[in-house]
Amino acid sequence: MNQPAITKNKSKSPATATAKSVAMSVSDPTWVRWLLIGTTIGFMALLLLLPLGVIFWEALRRGAKVYVAALTERNALNAIKMTLLAAIIAVPLNTLFGLAAAWATTKYQYRGKSLLISLIDLPFAVSPIIAGLMYVLVFGLQGWLGPFLNSYGIQVIFAVPGVVLATLFVTFPFVARELIPLMQEQGSEEEWAAISLGASGWQTFWRVTLPNIKWGVLYGVLLCNARAMGEFGAVSVVSSNIRGRTNTIPLQIDALYNEYNTAAAFALASILAFLGVVTLCAKSLLEYRIESSRRRVNHSKEAETES
Amino acid sequence: MSVEIRNVNKTFGSYVALKNIQLNIETGELVALLGPSGSGKTTLLRIIAGMESPDPQRELNGDSDSATEPKVLFFGDDVASMSVGQRRVGFVFQHYALFKHMTVFENIAFGLRVQPRSTRPPKSEIQDRVHRLLNLIQLDGFGNRFPMQLSGGQRQRVALARALAIEPRVLLLDEPFGALDAKVRQSLREWLRRLHDELHTTTILVTHDQEEALEVSDRVVVMNQAAIEQVGTPEDVFHHPASEFVMDFLGAVNVFHGRFADSGLPANSDSTRIPDSTRIYVRPHEMRIERSRQSPDSIPAIIERINRAGVQGKVLLQSGTLGPIRVDIPLDQLDALDLKTGESVFVVPMNTRSFTSDYSI
Repeated sequence: MNQPAITKNKSKSPATATAKSVAMSVSDPTWVRWLLIGTTIGFMALLLLLPLGVIFWEALRRGAKVYVAALTERNALNAIKMTLLAAIIAVPLNTLFGLAAAWATTKYQYRGKSLLISLIDLPFAVSPIIAGLMYVLVFGLQGWLGPFLNSYGIQVIFAVPGVVLATLFVTFPFVARELIPLMQEQGSEEEWAAISLGASGWQTFWRVTLPNIKWGVLYGVLLCNARAMGEFGAVSVVSSNIRGRTNTIPLQIDALYNEYNTAAAFALASILAFLGVVTLCAKSLLEYRIESSRRRVNHSKEAETES
Repeated sequence: MSVEIRNVNKTFGSYVALKNIQLNIETGELVALLGPSGSGKTTLLRIIAGMESPDPQRELNGDSDSATEPKVLFFGDDVASMSVGQRRVGFVFQHYALFKHMTVFENIAFGLRVQPRSTRPPKSEIQDRVHRLLNLIQLDGFGNRFPMQLSGGQRQRVALARALAIEPRVLLLDEPFGALDAKVRQSLREWLRRLHDELHTTTILVTHDQEEALEVSDRVVVMNQAAIEQVGTPEDVFHHPASEFVMDFLGAVNVFHGRFADSGLPANSDSTRIPDSTRIYVRPHEMRIERSRQSPDSIPAIIERINRAGVQGKVLLQSGTLGPIRVDIPLDQLDALDLKTGESVFVVPMNTRSFTSDYSI
């Protein structure tokens, strides 16, 4: 009956003795809490942390010499180069695309806009294998554009351009997906203000829009990059696993593992895992930055209504 | 003449936002566009600013007539082909739209710094101008703060300074005090009026708050349902409303449905009252309460509620035939009358206005 008063009390001064005992009655019993926390940690340890540890353990088990040798092997180096190349091309292009798409879907009104937003998500909905096959069908030697391009000596499928294209496709939505809700939330009043003050479109973008969305852009770039480096399925179909030429790190790991060359496979895998951990840390940091800047916006909105 | 608006129509799909708007705004004037939400006032402001464009003229018989061509003129020049930036309007938004990542100084300097090198004032002059503006908005020493560190009222003053920095030809304010609380709104309103008296920048203010419009502006443009209902001085529109809507919108009002009696008032008993389309409007402060019937115009009513909280006392009465009535009387008179709830009294209208609808039901 006096429940509302209690919860109010709790939120105001959780440190007082009465509030503490009240908090107990409101929340779950202690054993339930510990059971849930324990289960979560147990699962994470078993399914995530243990395998991650095993990668580094296996990679370094036969000593640093073997590890370094596995990484500096010609095909391994080429795989690293391919992965970096794909990422270096795909990430900036998809960042540009993401900015354009977010701008087009949030600052203007037109028919078919929601269809466009749905289409951006296509790579999320389609299996990467299908994505790879699509490119083979279009650019392959038996495909629509393949013979035409081949007559000019351009090979797409089973070559570097195919790998880049497949990576572009699967990482296509990340930046746009991150920016669209952010820019929707911010609206376009600041842009209108800038334009009314005589700023050009370019000045408005660099001085007003970009500073407002920079953390969102970075976050999208990070996710995009992580996916670009880790992509297996689509790239596997279009690259046809030519070692030393079109193999990326994930493909090279797969090939080495299938040959029971575990030491080399795990050595390469450790690089990818390390990149993953770095991405995760950077992502957490960015999330914190975005959260605090969003809180600032909300604060200012509150102050607006209060003062 | 600062701003002239000719034959402006605007539709969004099937929704009509503006219907054949004609409006002249004199140089140095502060004009309020007043109306309920959806009346088209903000759309009109955005068309003046260049953020929306008026609907093109509907061509009749294949040729266009220049007399009905939509036009927006600034000081006699057609601005149809000018972008928002070229029109040099100072636009102030309801939610300030300050640049969050810039300091107050950078916000105000923005309009000067984005100018092409050829017209951009030198650094020292920008510095001077921003400091003068900070002084004008009474925020000296706030230049290094960020917008989020300011109160709502301070932010709106910064937004105004930012708009004034480009020395706008016309200042456009879109519900500038709408997001602020009553107290701050009142003081900013007075401040804005003093500022305008000092600068004489032609200003158009959009508001849905009739008190605000009547208090700050030189002229009020009352809008309703995409059209202008009346244009006049605050005194004019308040005391001589041109339509029922204006009467109703500019303050509390009692509406009596009924026949025009010889006395200019609705007859007060059922036997003589013939319902028709005439409606009689009386403002609550233009009515008197009496204990005994002094004139044939008196309306018998029972007191339902007396509210003494305010500058004037509000008395809510119920009249059998005419429905609820509100009367505002000065507190000393209220005390002198010593009214009680439930008491039967007579209400005497002192000033009435009547409007007959064109399409009677």
